Parts: sequence; structure tokens; C-alpha cells
Amino acid sequence: MGLGAYVAVSAALFALGIVAILVRRNVLYVLMGIEMILNAANINFVAFDRFNQSASGGGGLEGRMFAIFVIILAAAEAAVALAIVLNVFHLFNSVKPSEADLLRE
Amino acid sequence: MHFLDFNPKQDFHLLFLSFVLPLIGYTIQIFFGKKLPRRGDWLLTGFMFVSMCITVLMFAKSLWAAYHGQEFRHHSGLEADLWFHWLYSSDAAAAGTSNVSAAIYYDALGAAMYAVVGVVSFCVHLFSIGYMSQDKRYHIFFANISLFTFAMLGLVLSDNILFLFIFWELMGLMSYLLIGHFSHDPSQKFFHRWATQACKKAFLTTRVGDTCLLIGMVIFYQHFGTFNFNELWRLAQEEVARNGGEYPTWMTVAGLFVFGGTVGKSAQFPLHVWLPDAMAGPTPVSAMIHAATMVAAGVFLLGRTYPLMSPEVLSIVAATGTFTALFAASIGTTANDLKAVLAWSTISQLGFMVAAVGLGGVVAGMFHMVTHAFFKACLFLSAGSVIHGCHHEQDMRNMGGVRKYMPVTFACMLASTIAIAGIPFFSGFYSKDLIILRAWENVLGGHFDGASFFAAVALPVAACLTAFYMFRLIFMTFFGEYRPGTVPSPFAHHGGHDEHGHEEHGHEAHGHAAHGHAAHDHGHDHGKDHGHGKDHGHDHGHAKHAPAVHAHAAKAHDAHGHDAHAHGGHDEHATPHESPLPMLIALCVLATLGVFGGHFWPADLGHSLAFWHHAHTWFETSVSLESLYGASAPLERELLGHAGHTAHIVALSVSLTVASLGILIAYLIYGRGWERSQRIAGKITGALGDLYDVVKNKYYVDEAIGCAIVVDVDAKGNRRYQPDASVIGWSVSLGLALNWVDKNIVDGLVNLVGRTGRSIGVASSHFDRVVVDGAVNGVGLVTQTFGSVARLVQSGRIQQYATFAVFGGLMLAAWLILL
Repeated sequence: MGLGAYVAVSAALFALGIVAILVRRNVLYVLMGIEMILNAANINFVAFDRFNQSASGGGGLEGRMFAIFVIILAAAEAAVALAIVLNVFHLFNSVKPSEADLLRE
Repeated sequence: MHFLDFNPKQDFHLLFLSFVLPLIGYTIQIFFGKKLPRRGDWLLTGFMFVSMCITVLMFAKSLWAAYHGQEFRHHSGLEADLWFHWLYSSDAAAAGTSNVSAAIYYDALGAAMYAVVGVVSFCVHLFSIGYMSQDKRYHIFFANISLFTFAMLGLVLSDNILFLFIFWELMGLMSYLLIGHFSHDPSQKFFHRWATQACKKAFLTTRVGDTCLLIGMVIFYQHFGTFNFNELWRLAQEEVARNGGEYPTWMTVAGLFVFGGTVGKSAQFPLHVWLPDAMAGPTPVSAMIHAATMVAAGVFLLGRTYPLMSPEVLSIVAATGTFTALFAASIGTTANDLKAVLAWSTISQLGFMVAAVGLGGVVAGMFHMVTHAFFKACLFLSAGSVIHGCHHEQDMRNMGGVRKYMPVTFACMLASTIAIAGIPFFSGFYSKDLIILRAWENVLGGHFDGASFFAAVALPVAACLTAFYMFRLIFMTFFGEYRPGTVPSPFAHHGGHDEHGHEEHGHEAHGHAAHGHAAHDHGHDHGKDHGHGKDHGHDHGHAKHAPAVHAHAAKAHDAHGHDAHAHGGHDEHATPHESPLPMLIALCVLATLGVFGGHFWPADLGHSLAFWHHAHTWFETSVSLESLYGASAPLERELLGHAGHTAHIVALSVSLTVASLGILIAYLIYGRGWERSQRIAGKITGALGDLYDVVKNKYYVDEAIGCAIVVDVDAKGNRRYQPDASVIGWSVSLGLALNWVDKNIVDGLVNLVGRTGRSIGVASSHFDRVVVDGAVNGVGLVTQTFGSVARLVQSGRIQQYATFAVFGGLMLAAWLILL
């Protein structure tokens, strides 16, 4: 399978994530959408790393290292985001992003 | 070049310096005066001294030029390119219209007046150091007289009527502030209330005249497009020539309006009512503003606008001036307040000057303005010295014999009185004689019009009355025995001069009884309650301090134990005392000028002193119609045959006769002892009956104006006039007449102004609603529309924001990829 297939999967995953963020009415799904986007990015990192190495005959670990960074980042982000969600729930008694509209002020 | 030749490069700067120095002084004084040593009097007096030196030097230059036959008319704009551009555009300058630029205009008349203002103002500053020393607002007083001086100097230097008007108004303001000087000092009992009302009265009354002047000025500007005097004179001459030698009607109307300004400022009938009440101000203020300078500004204005006045206006000017001179002089004979006599005298003398201008004798009028400034300022300052010496007593009936205690003051006042009465070799004679001469020249020279005839008869009568009341003043004040407390007086007992200041004028209400208690305020501590008086006061004092009755007080004034002059227990202080040195210096300077101001300079350098009046005095040498107005001078009237010569003889004999007659009558009545004078005066007033009451009450003009315009006119507040049956008729008929004038003319004018204002208002409000409001609302509407559109985006929903972001990103990507 060529690089195009990986990139296609990644793009699909990214698009699904975006759509989840934009249209889901539960903030937890929005968080999932974010995770999907991050994972789409990870697929890209790993895929390019792999194909770059085979094309150039070995080399650095940059792509894979970045994938690991992103996973850690995702974990941290999930922790923070869930805390935010918890506070939003306390504040609005709801987890619908459409109801947390204080930014309007 | 001789050092007395006028040097435009340097002298205009000197003139400017002398004129702004008082302003600089004022600015310093108003901010730091309280903190300066001696509260800043030395600073302002010093500045004023410098100014005075410059004014005198410049005056010397004008005389130098006059005696060498050189023209002395200097304009800083034309000669040194020193302009003050105001409302100026170079486009308009190119077109030669509608620019308002001021410059210094310095001619012989201006030089004389400028020096008068400088000298009098310096003397008044000097005098005030002594006279006002107890005053609480000493530093403010000095600041105010300095700013006043600035305004008056500016007025004299103005080359255009607009700036003259600006300084004129500034003087009006300073007059208001200075008349009301005591209104901030509640310890001044009597003056406190009087000053509060008098300053308002002065301000509002002169405002009537000032409005007239503004209207007249604007009419001239509308036709001639300039405020500059020289331009106005030239254009007026051309306009008259174009009109076939006749003045057009609009110039008569405008001239009358300008004269209205003089009527207000120079206290001519019927707007004279403010000047007697202006005496509520401190005496140095009365001397400077209400005798020598500000009130003369009205006459000065007439001098500056004389070529603009049509013969009709001049007739009215002459009639008004003559009537005022006679009218005020008659009231002056009945006044008992020292300053009131001088106030009425001032009005009367201003009437002389105004009449002179009206009769075509503009030089005579200006000359009298100059000499009058000296001797009247000296009279006022001497009166101030007497009042100061007599512990702020102003009623002449409570004086007498003061010459023994105040010899210098007496000498100065006597000299000035002789000058004003018109005795030869004293300045007043020369100027007053010129005015009477002018009237007779008109009558004998074939220009027989009503005003001239009236003036020729009435002015000598007024001069006779002048001599009479001035010598009455001298006899009552300086001769006989000192007699304090003869009549209850509201004046004494005020200020920091004596420790006790109780409500003195209250005594009038409850009669003489209160005065029987001699000791009631000796050494009494009034620190807490200054306003006591009436019964409480004398009971208290009597009980507590009866043993402290001073033998002197009990003996000398046993009938009126009331001792207005007690000075914390020192009997000696009860007698008048001579004033301190700075005051005396000021008096002597002015008295000298008052005596020699008329003829001290030789008519031409080759001759001896100009002793006789038909030899030209210095003023006639330096000021003439030609030197005043140059080529635009109106033509002198031609005299028939020997009229001029006859008029000289008639005028000389008339003025000598009336002066000696007045003095003789004054001596017969008042010069031979106080008791006898009271007896004779009583007989005369009894014979005159109601007429005397009418004059005594100033012809009820105040009351008449009160009936017609104001509800309560009594400026002194505490002595409301109670008319009895015989005078109600006078009062009411005058009131009705003035009421008619008010209803038909004043109201008509007011309504006209009102209607004009209203229609402008309607138009303006329409414009406001449609255009201005439209623009404002339009802007609002547009903003609102955009806002409500933009508001849709600002929903606060995070997902919507994200959507916009994503679409934005997509479009960016699309742009990058596709292009």
C-alpha cells in the first residue's frame, strides 16, 4: 500500500473529527472529535516517517517522536478538557456546547 | 534725531510695555499677591510707576512735536508694521475687507489722555497703600485697580472701535468688581449691603448704554466694513460728500446709538443713576474710575467718533450734556455726604464735556476731560483723606474745622476746589471757559439752534452752582469747629479701623435715645458679635462699662454721647488726624497738576506762560480738529463778523461772574459759622418747600425708574423711600411718562429684538431638526444596521465560531491550491 492510502485514512479521520466538533451536541463527542483529529495527525506523522525513511534509506526518528509527543499531548489535553467539561456542567447544568454561550457577552 | 522725536521702532514697544505692565502685575498679584511681602502693593505700584514714566515721556514727545509744528498721529500698524491680527485671513486682506486687526493709535489726544491715566492711576495706587491698609482684600484690591488701568490704557491706545469696546467692557467689569469691593467684607456693616446692590446697579445700568454702543458700532461696520477710526472718519466724509453734504439718516441713527454708550458710561441723564451709588466703592476707586478715567471714557469715545456724528446727533448730545450738567449740579447743592457731592459734581462736569462736544467744541470737551481728571481725582483723594482722618465719617455735618488737623489735605482740596469752580490761573477755568465760549460763539455766530441757546444759558448757571456746592463743601468740612456726631451717620464704625463695629444705621430707626449712652461701646469686646446694636447693645454696654465713660466724651458731646471715633479708649484719636505720607504725596502731585494743568505750558516756546485764555493753552496747541482727525476733520463752523471776539468777552465775563457769585453765596450761607449756616439753610429750604425736597431726593429719578422698570430700586437697601402726598404726584407722573417710554419704545425695541431672535430661532431649530438631527440619526441608523448584522455572528456558540474558522481555513486552502 502506498502513502496515498495512509494519507487518505488520515484525511477521512480528520474530516470526521472536524464534523464531530462542529455538529455534535454533546461536549464529550466534541472532545472525541478532537482526539480523532490528533490521531489523524499521528497517522500522518508515522506514515510520512515510514515512507521518508524507505525513500532516503534510513535516518531520524522525528516522525515517530512527534507521534509520541502528540499522544502525550492528547492525554494532557483530555485531562484538562474533561476538567473544563466538569466545570461547564456545574455552571450550566448541561453539557451541550450550544448552551455555554457566555462568549457572546 | 532729538530724543523727544517720536521713534516708531522703539516707542511703540515702549507704549506696548506700559500698557501690558499692569496686566502682568495683575497676573502675578492674583496668584501670589497674598504670599508676597506687604501683600504685593509695592510690586503693582512699582509697575505702575514704570508705566507712568513711559506715559509721561510719550506725552512729552507729543508736546514737543506740537510746539515744533509737526504732525503727531502715529499708527503702529502703518509705521512699524506692528499689528495684532484678530479674525484675520490673508484672502480678506488681499480683498481689503472684513479683517479685524488692532494696532496702537497714538495721537495728541491719546497722548494727553494716556498720560492722565498713567499719572492718576499711579497716584491712586500710591494713595491706596495708605487708605486701604486695613482692608481684608488688600491684594485683590490692588490686582483689580491694576487690571482696570490696563483696560483704560488699552482703550486709549485702540485704533479701532471694536477694541475700544472690548476694553470698555473690561472696564465695566472692573468697575463692578471694585464698587462691590466691600460686598465681600461683612464687617463693613453699612458698605457691605450698599456695595452689594450698588455694583449690580452700576453694572446693569451701564449695560444699557453698552448695548446701544454695540448696536451703533455694528451699524457703522455694516455700512463701512471697518472698525478702524481713521478709516471710519475717511469713509464717513466720503459718504457725506456723496450724499450732497448731508448726513444720511442711518448715520444719525447709528450716531445716536454710539452716543447711548456715552450716556451709560459717562453717567448722563437718564442713565446717571448708577454713579452716585458707585460711591459705595472704596474712595480711591471713586477717584480713579468714577471721576478721572472710566467715566471720561465716554467723552473720549465722543472725541474719537465726532466726525461720524451728524448735526442732529450733536444737537441731542449738546442738549443731553447741558441738561445733565445743570440737573446734577442742582442735586449737588443738597447732598450732605462728602462723596455724594463729588459724585454729583462729576456727573455735572461730564455734562459740560458732553455738551462741549455736542456744540462742536470737541477740543474744549477733551481739554475739560483732562483738567477735570486731575482736579477731580485730587478732590476725591482729598475727600478720602478726610474720611480716613475722620475715622470713616462721610457726613459733612459731622465734620467742620478739619483744616486745623489736616493742613496738607486742606491745601490740596482747596486748590482743586478753586480749579473746579473756575477761578483764573487754575486749570478748570481754562477748560470750562472754553466750553462756555463755544456755546456763546454758536449763539452769537449765527448758529442759533435750541441746543446752543440752552447751553449758553444753562451752562453758566451750572457753573455757578458748581462753585456754590464746592465751596459749601469746603466751608462745611474744613471751617468752623469740629463737630462729630451732630447727626446720626451710617458711615462711621466700620472696618478694622475701630475695634467696635456695630450696626450703626439701625440707629436711624430707633432715634436719638440710643446715642445718649456714651459708653456703650467703649472698649467693648465685639469679637464675637459684630452685628449687635439696637437695645441689646446699649443695655449691655451701659451696665458693664458705664464707669469707663471718658470725661472728654461726656463733656464735649454730652448731648450725643455717641462717640463715633473712639479708638480703643484713646480720646485723642477722636479728633481727625493727618493721613500718612504716601497718601499726601499722591494728593500733592494731583493738586499741582490740577492747579497748573490748564496753562503751565507756554503757548509757543517764544512766549511767556499762556496766562490769558485767548492765548492758546498747551492743549489747544497740541490738540486741534486737524491733529485729531487729519484730513477727515469736519469743517469748523464759520462765525459771523466779530462774533468770535464778542463771544470771548461775553464768555470771560460770564464765567468770572458766575464763579464769584457761587463762591459768594456759599460764603454767605456756610462761611459764617455752623449754627448760622443751619439757620439760613433752614430758612431757604423752608422757602423752597416742596421744590427742595424734589431736588434733595434727586428729582425722584430713581423712584420713577423704579415705578416703571424695577420694583425695588433703593440701592442702599436700608432706607426705603416713603413718599408723602406732595411728591407722589411728581413721582407718579414721571413714572407714568417713563412707563409710556418703556411700553412704547423700550418694549417695542425689546419686542423687535425678541421677534428677530425668535424667527432666527425658528429657522435655526428647523435646520437643527432636519439637517443636524438627520445626520446624527443617519449615522446612528447605519451603525445600528451593521451592528444587528454583525450581532448574528456573535452568538457565543463555540461550535459556530469553529465552523467559521474551518470554512475560513478551507477557503484559504482552496485559494492556495487553486491559484
